[in-house]
Amino acid sequence: MENLTSIAKTVRQDIVRMIASAGSGHPGGSLSGVEIAVALYFDIMNIDPKDVTKPDRDKFVLSKGHAAPLLYAVLGNRGYFDKAEFNNLRKFGAMLQGHPDMELVPGVEISTGSLGQGISAAVGMALAQKLDKSPARTFVLVGDGELEEGIVWEALMSAAHHKLDNFIVFVDYNGLQIDGRTEDVMNVGNIGAKFAAFDFDVIEVEDGNDLASVLAAARKACENKDGPTAVVCKTIKGKGVSFMEDKAGWHGKAPKEAETAQALAELEGR
Amino acid sequence: MAEMRTAYGQALVELGGENEDIVVLDADLSASTKTSMFREAFPHRHFNAGIAESNMMGMAAGLAASGKIPFASTFAMFGTARPYEVIRNLICHPNLNVKIACTHAGVTVGEDGATHQAIEDIAIMRALPNMRIYVPADAAQTTALVKKAAQEKGPTYIRMVRSACKDVYEEGEPALTKAADVLKEGAHISLFACGIMVEKALSAADALKEKGIEAEVINVAQIKPLDEEVLIASAKKTGAVICCEEHSVIGGLSSAVAELLAQKHPVKMAFVGIDDRFGQSGKPDELLKEYQLTEIAIESKAQSLLNK
Repeated sequence: MENLTSIAKTVRQDIVRMIASAGSGHPGGSLSGVEIAVALYFDIMNIDPKDVTKPDRDKFVLSKGHAAPLLYAVLGNRGYFDKAEFNNLRKFGAMLQGHPDMELVPGVEISTGSLGQGISAAVGMALAQKLDKSPARTFVLVGDGELEEGIVWEALMSAAHHKLDNFIVFVDYNGLQIDGRTEDVMNVGNIGAKFAAFDFDVIEVEDGNDLASVLAAARKACENKDGPTAVVCKTIKGKGVSFMEDKAGWHGKAPKEAETAQALAELEGR
Repeated sequence: MAEMRTAYGQALVELGGENEDIVVLDADLSASTKTSMFREAFPHRHFNAGIAESNMMGMAAGLAASGKIPFASTFAMFGTARPYEVIRNLICHPNLNVKIACTHAGVTVGEDGATHQAIEDIAIMRALPNMRIYVPADAAQTTALVKKAAQEKGPTYIRMVRSACKDVYEEGEPALTKAADVLKEGAHISLFACGIMVEKALSAADALKEKGIEAEVINVAQIKPLDEEVLIASAKKTGAVICCEEHSVIGGLSSAVAELLAQKHPVKMAFVGIDDRFGQSGKPDELLKEYQLTEIAIESKAQSLLNK
């Protein structure tokens, strides 16, 4: 656990650094999902960064594709590619595009960026695992704002219809979207209850930025043999950087030099 | 006379027997699209997405990313326009191996009317990089192109109509998979046609011959990429081209050919297509007449283009 905590810290710092270097990007929703992605990539998932197309590997889909820096930071730290690539984020000719591109980045299972589409593709991936009689699972990370897209509910309906017990959805429930609080912009209401109504087993995590809680929930989700599972994680947008925390304004803005220094220092615990 | 969609269903069953990776998706129209034939043969490889076309395309993308060869089917209206952005961002941009095979294209859908008559589907599919487009002229060509698509990598749109259509080809002819097939040679005017308009172009050519006009008829079954060589050669030979399609004149075969010839070999052109209007209810033949998608329309446009 100590090790994972230290990885989560490095991932946060990498997120801040790469967005600062790019001069644009989405820090808020990248920072809120760190514990979920770290728990999956460094503990839960059966993957091999040296063999990215390994049969029967678990798959992760970042449906909230704008949190690309989170995925890149986790993949880089897990050894999928050289961390030096972080410096090229969003730059012309870069492997690390503004949103994840499966044709360019080792370890990205499907291109995402347009909200709601990743989770739909993930249903297809989980179906393929079942067709192949694979023991593997498909994990999806969606944002709470993203749940406003209609295709998400089409996807949930189909995952439940096919009783995909290998389909595990993590909701990064940070309560904010670009225009403000989700409850003000378009209230999604009781997320857990809605997933339950769509025949998902629901695990609620009070603190989705607590690694131990996220890990426990992920392990429990993997034991479910009845159908798909939703792990609804309450998180803090911009978690770890005081001036970004719970601020919609930091959804899609890069920190300036002094802000970057402060953010990195705070994350370092200084 | 035979139905493209029945040929499609039969081709799927054959393909499914040869290759375990073939999977089929439908959106509650399997009886109409004939993917029900595949479901009967391979129930575990047929997924009904329900009335949710966007998610059907998303699932198809996920299956393709996992090494499967998905054929996703519904009516052309609901398989192109509604899930358009999913097709763009999740299928074409990552160049995934998804075959979008739609039936009930064009006004010959008939009685269901405008909401069900896709007449801009070629235009919007054509605008997507990586997308290949097949418009078969009859049932035999449907079989051949469906099988060809299954062998190829990358996104493909296959456009079929509802009604049974007249046979242009014999089963198994080598010409069936040609991107542009010269069906009849002629020196005075070129008729480039796709889909059900191919057979009408052939009839028009016969009628024109009696008036001393020798028309060349080319079946352009592959709208994207075009067989530039064959089309330019014909334009050079005749100096006059008419494009014939059961589709809007905006963005389809007519536009594709005009874009090509404007740059490579400009010639006089005319279009037999739907002139920026929506469809409506009626019998297929009544609608073809109303929208001037007939042998007579081709004949008269050919005569006026040649000032005869």
